[in-house]
Amino acid sequence: MNEFIQQLINGISVGSIYALIALGYTMVYGIIKLINFAHGDVYMLGAFAGLYATLVLKMSFVPALIFSMIVCAILGIIIERLAYRPLRNSPKIVILITAIGVSLFLEYTTMFFLGPQPRAFPEVFKHASYTLLGGKVTISNQEILIIAVTVILMILLQYIVHNTKIGKAMRAVSYDMQAARLMGINVDTTISITFALGSALAAAAGVLVGIYYNKVFPLMGIMFGLKAFVSAVLGGIGIIPGAMAGGFILGITESLVSGYGSSLYRDPVAFVILIIILLVKPSGLFGKNVREKV
Amino acid sequence: MYSAEIISPFVMLNLIIIAINIILAVSLNLVVGFTGQFSIGHAGFMALGAYASAIMSLNFNAPFIVSLLVGAIVAGIGGIIIGIPTLRLRGDYLAIATLGLAEIIRGVITNIDYLGGAYGLMGIPQRTNWLWAFGCMLVTVLVIKNFIQSSHGRACISVRENEIAAEAMGINTTKYKVIAFTMGSFFAGIGGALLAHYITFIEPNAFNFLKSFDILVMVVLGGQGSLTGSVVAAIVLTLISTFLQSLAELRLIIYAIILILVMLFRPQGLLGTHELSFKLLQRKRGVSHGSHSADA
Repeated sequence: MNEFIQQLINGISVGSIYALIALGYTMVYGIIKLINFAHGDVYMLGAFAGLYATLVLKMSFVPALIFSMIVCAILGIIIERLAYRPLRNSPKIVILITAIGVSLFLEYTTMFFLGPQPRAFPEVFKHASYTLLGGKVTISNQEILIIAVTVILMILLQYIVHNTKIGKAMRAVSYDMQAARLMGINVDTTISITFALGSALAAAAGVLVGIYYNKVFPLMGIMFGLKAFVSAVLGGIGIIPGAMAGGFILGITESLVSGYGSSLYRDPVAFVILIIILLVKPSGLFGKNVREKV
Repeated sequence: MYSAEIISPFVMLNLIIIAINIILAVSLNLVVGFTGQFSIGHAGFMALGAYASAIMSLNFNAPFIVSLLVGAIVAGIGGIIIGIPTLRLRGDYLAIATLGLAEIIRGVITNIDYLGGAYGLMGIPQRTNWLWAFGCMLVTVLVIKNFIQSSHGRACISVRENEIAAEAMGINTTKYKVIAFTMGSFFAGIGGALLAHYITFIEPNAFNFLKSFDILVMVVLGGQGSLTGSVVAAIVLTLISTFLQSLAELRLIIYAIILILVMLFRPQGLLGTHELSFKLLQRKRGVSHGSHSADA
């Protein structure tokens, strides 16, 4: 039982990271029906930005987090403006390929300038472990931090999406872009803001992962990005609570499988879940089956 | 020519790689360009072909033609198995599913020791020479070209253009999607087998997403729906990557930039849906005839 709770805690921490990144995927897909392959790399750049903030600018945790989120929000807007906006009306495969191109561009440019070796985060928090349930289960303060930051950011996001005008605009554009435009909503700005929000969340995830795993390298976005994407699809791509739920489910499943099975099976879990979901219910757990209309 | 030492081994290496890339690009074009299915896991089928043929040659001492065919058939069967469940998905979902499945294939190969695991298989007899590579390339291009120009090919193109309309016209879209997918994977298997028997060493990492991406760039650059385009793009991109080999990361950055620029400014690729054919010459002669008859 204690083993189970331990794995559960690990799963929730990792799941929070997946959820944060998945939110970016799902918001962008919801609004322009694009799978932003480059999102995982925004997360990677967020980690590097956080590294820069703590190492070079000597910021502490919260300012570094905010710095990284702002940098990535701007980056997200730039990517959208340069690569995706001109292709807004192009066939799907063109945008998909462009997204892959942007992703590879970000990865290899970073590798070119910063080298492929992993870098370590400086110690931003004194590492401390707490024990629960009479000493059988440990939780480190980093895990608490991850879960806390994730919950705060998710509450913030829910507030923005449901209680602000810009959130209403985002929901309107994702529902029907043409109608939203007719209602006077500036669709371009709304899309840019969506990208900015998603990228900021990914940046937060990057900083948290940098602190938790203490390893930052140019290709870190690939695995986490893919798993976050699976989370988004699992919950129903385009649906915000779905991304959150999907992230946690994937994280917990992964932890349980690698804890009770073997750690070799950790990565394939995400792919297996993806295939199962795509075959059984492609619209995801929270999704509705939308009939393709002629 | 090689044995007469007119061309250097370096040129021979490039020619064979070009021929193999043409096979891969043309087979992927059948799936992506002509049938409109986003498959970005082509390297997975290459891997199936490469490993199957390598096992035949290494462990069973099969003659090359047998290894080649076994590799292709295994890849083709993989295509059917993967195709039937996943071709129900549309667009982005299909892309992710094929990506995921190619990674699963690679992951499974890495974990099986009989297939060499993460270290790969070495010492595969070098049976591929220019004759084999060129011959297979000719066969691939001719078979696919004939398929495209047949009624089956037109069915595939109709699936690409508008799947619902095609279904309404009575075309069994699933059947044709699976046929195209299987053919594509069959020839990818041949490409993989040829590669394995030329480089004599294969490892799972050679068939990762970047390889699928390489082939996809060839198809997109040449023009989805143009066989000539795929051939031209395969030649051009292989040459570019050879020249950029010393700067490995730069090559990928340049590839990515090329891709983005092509998508932004010429999404139909170099040749769009046109083919280089003798019809161009006929049309020039026919124009003067045509306009006369229209006037009369």
